[in-house]
Amino acid sequence: MASGMLSLTCPSSSSLSLPHQFKGGAAGKPKLLNQASFFGKRFVNAKSFTRTTMAVALNVSRFESITMAPPDPILGVSEAFRADTNEMKLNLGVGAYRTEDLQPYVLNVVKKAEKLMLERGENKEYLPIEGLASFNKVTAELLLGADNPLILQQRVATVQGLSGTGSLRLAAALIERYFPGAKVLISSPSWGNHKNIFNDARVPWSEYRYYDPSTVGLDFDGMIADIKAAPEGSFVLLHGCAHNPTGIDPTPEQWEIIADVIQEKNHIPFFDVAYQGFASGSLDVDASSVRLFAARGLELLVAQSYSKNLGLYAERIGAINIVCSSADAATRVKSQIKRLARPMYSNPPVHGARIVANVVGDPELFNEWKEEMEVMAGRIKSVRQKLYDSLRAKDKSGKDWSFILRQIGMFSFTGLNKAQSDNMTNKWHVYMTKDGRISLAGLSSAKCEYLADAIFDSYHNVS
Amino acid sequence: MASDHGDSVFANVVRAPEDPILGVTVAYNKDPSPKKLNLGVGAYRTEEGKPLVLNVVRRAEQMLVNDTSRVKEYLPIVGLAEFNKLSAKLIFGVDSPAIQENRVTTVQCLSGTGSLRVGAEFLARHYHEHTIYIPQPTWGNHPKVFTIAGLSVKTYRYYSPETRGLDFQGLLDDLNAAPSGAIVLLHACAHNPTGVDPTPEQWEQIRQLMRSKGLLPFFDSAYQGFASGSLDEDAQSVRMFVSDGGECLVAQSYAKNMGMYGERVGALSIVCKSADVAVRVESQLKLVIRSMYSNPPIHGASIVAAILKDSHMYHEWTVELKAMADRIISMRQKLFDALQARGTPGDWSHIIKQIGMFTFTGLNAQQVAFMTKEYHIYMTSDGRISMAGLSSQTVSLLADAIHAAVSAVV
Repeated sequence: MASGMLSLTCPSSSSLSLPHQFKGGAAGKPKLLNQASFFGKRFVNAKSFTRTTMAVALNVSRFESITMAPPDPILGVSEAFRADTNEMKLNLGVGAYRTEDLQPYVLNVVKKAEKLMLERGENKEYLPIEGLASFNKVTAELLLGADNPLILQQRVATVQGLSGTGSLRLAAALIERYFPGAKVLISSPSWGNHKNIFNDARVPWSEYRYYDPSTVGLDFDGMIADIKAAPEGSFVLLHGCAHNPTGIDPTPEQWEIIADVIQEKNHIPFFDVAYQGFASGSLDVDASSVRLFAARGLELLVAQSYSKNLGLYAERIGAINIVCSSADAATRVKSQIKRLARPMYSNPPVHGARIVANVVGDPELFNEWKEEMEVMAGRIKSVRQKLYDSLRAKDKSGKDWSFILRQIGMFSFTGLNKAQSDNMTNKWHVYMTKDGRISLAGLSSAKCEYLADAIFDSYHNVS
Repeated sequence: MASDHGDSVFANVVRAPEDPILGVTVAYNKDPSPKKLNLGVGAYRTEEGKPLVLNVVRRAEQMLVNDTSRVKEYLPIVGLAEFNKLSAKLIFGVDSPAIQENRVTTVQCLSGTGSLRVGAEFLARHYHEHTIYIPQPTWGNHPKVFTIAGLSVKTYRYYSPETRGLDFQGLLDDLNAAPSGAIVLLHACAHNPTGVDPTPEQWEQIRQLMRSKGLLPFFDSAYQGFASGSLDEDAQSVRMFVSDGGECLVAQSYAKNMGMYGERVGALSIVCKSADVAVRVESQLKLVIRSMYSNPPIHGASIVAAILKDSHMYHEWTVELKAMADRIISMRQKLFDALQARGTPGDWSHIIKQIGMFTFTGLNAQQVAFMTKEYHIYMTSDGRISMAGLSSQTVSLLADAIHAAVSAVV
């Protein structure tokens, strides 16, 4: 090691004095940012840290004080699953679709599209910052309906994003810059990564009541009250369909009332649409909440993902759509989203975008896709039924498991607490997230019985 | 309140101008003239003026798409493990002790930009010094990436317009005046936009100065293999810093050298003092990535990994890469000769001295505007031209335009 290269010419003292914030390491944010205390424990107020004199230290890393971050609560589950050698193990962690044989699934239409793309010998030139134009066109049409007047009036700003996460992050960055101080209201509970996205984008958030454990259903009154109580002009993060993690969606009538309240309070609806087609099996039905709001003339934000419905998980393909009150506003907003994407990754990846454009843009492939979608959604509905039947057969205590049938989409919110979820993993080698969420997409018919045993045991024998 | 005809919540959002670099292509595409030339963005073009997908890339891609056992499951947050290992070996050397000692963490990111951004976010959260020194001039997107990540940007002298070369003393003076521990952005080779690189001796001096002041190097390596035609030679500056045992960050891009532009393939490596630190650093990089896009795209990285790990394909790649680098070098010579032949006023030897994809012509904004208006030649307003966009056919058009601009506009 060439530590001898360092010379002690620095005027400050030669002793190592790390500011106390770095010991046990909560990191400081730079002074020039105006972070507020709502970020919680992850950041300390930058004004209170001083420069260290560690630069002249020998053989000590500048990153010595960095602590080990905990594994991601969702993606970390798959890591743990992979490390488990038990043959009964079951991965119900991340929401990735599995066939009945518990194999990952690449859709036939995707394979066809990729072959077509290869045959055409397309180039790999940079996309424009806003992404592939043909993708942006079909994605907006898929979401809102191809004949939606909003599209004809050019009032929708669409920018290709890195799946759902990336699209949400672009929207968050837009909110931070143009709506300083505006809050995002997030359902309690919600997808675990939502809060991370807004925290790191420096957008304040608060929660609205959503899940009612006593009914294992929607706390609709709580939801409405909390949305009403929020400061005017808040962004309300709504799951377009197949709420993650609960699987509990508002009814069409409830959606109308939610829209009324949002309109009253001049809030801005912000949809996360990660399961279009997966909830009911129908692409149009699953988009009806978004279309309802759009039809009212409301300006809204919609993040889309093709990870699940086209099985394009690793290709990172999605979009952020901003429905504006005029074509002029849409043009301006799009230009500003581009300004946020450029210093993040310059322009988005082309491969996944081309696949989507080819599938959605070709009537034959599009129809084929719809069929494959119905098969996937159908398989999930059937394991829901089988799991429910197994639990009913096993559990004579009177506990009502019918919520499993009512919940929609990939996930079931079992109502198991952390200790019970730990039991599922430690005793039964069933991997799930600690909030009690299981991914039915990772469940086979063959394993329903085993899972029912595990749930029955964890619910009744662990507290 | 927003309604069909009412006020917009976006009323205060103004229209942003086009990006100064990518916007050149936008303007070029709009130009209806049949005889136009795009020398804006650094994307390689063949002698026929066409984009190029390397043969070895096509083959690798075919193999991957036709492999029915492949799936599209989420990559880990840090990306494709094989790709990460191979990328580290490519830049640090296969025998790098830093790699063998597990002191390097490498995470797959979205090309060079994504790697720079993730590195900058990490430094803003976990490094005690939040000032980064960037060379004057530098790639237009650099200051934006660092500023938005929360770093404070300062410059160090780099290019001397008088000599059209490196202002080495200015560079040393400015780095010497930087606060201890400050971050310093270094272009590993083929400096963008100037094409002016330090010599190995100068790199050694820079290294000594930086280590004595505890300045943290952050390398941007976007042209490995493109500068000299040799992958190892183009990595020397980085390897010099790593072999002294010190720490550094390296952002790698495969956009140009593998032609992966639109697939967004790159990697961020952080060389740490110890394996233990590297593990902890990696865990924190994952938090930065998770909230930005969760995990990186698989397609481009798998193509790159397939090529890097197969000795035949790797060799084929080096041959195709050298061919690209050689074509650019020959364009330099042709342009220089064309200007000499026209007796264009001024010393144009910098065209053949500068390294990499770009030439910093020395033309001013008015001359550039003249060339665009009169000759439909598109370039960035700082006078940077992408040699990769030139061909034997188009050299004379460019030489005519430069000649006219220099004669007519001062």
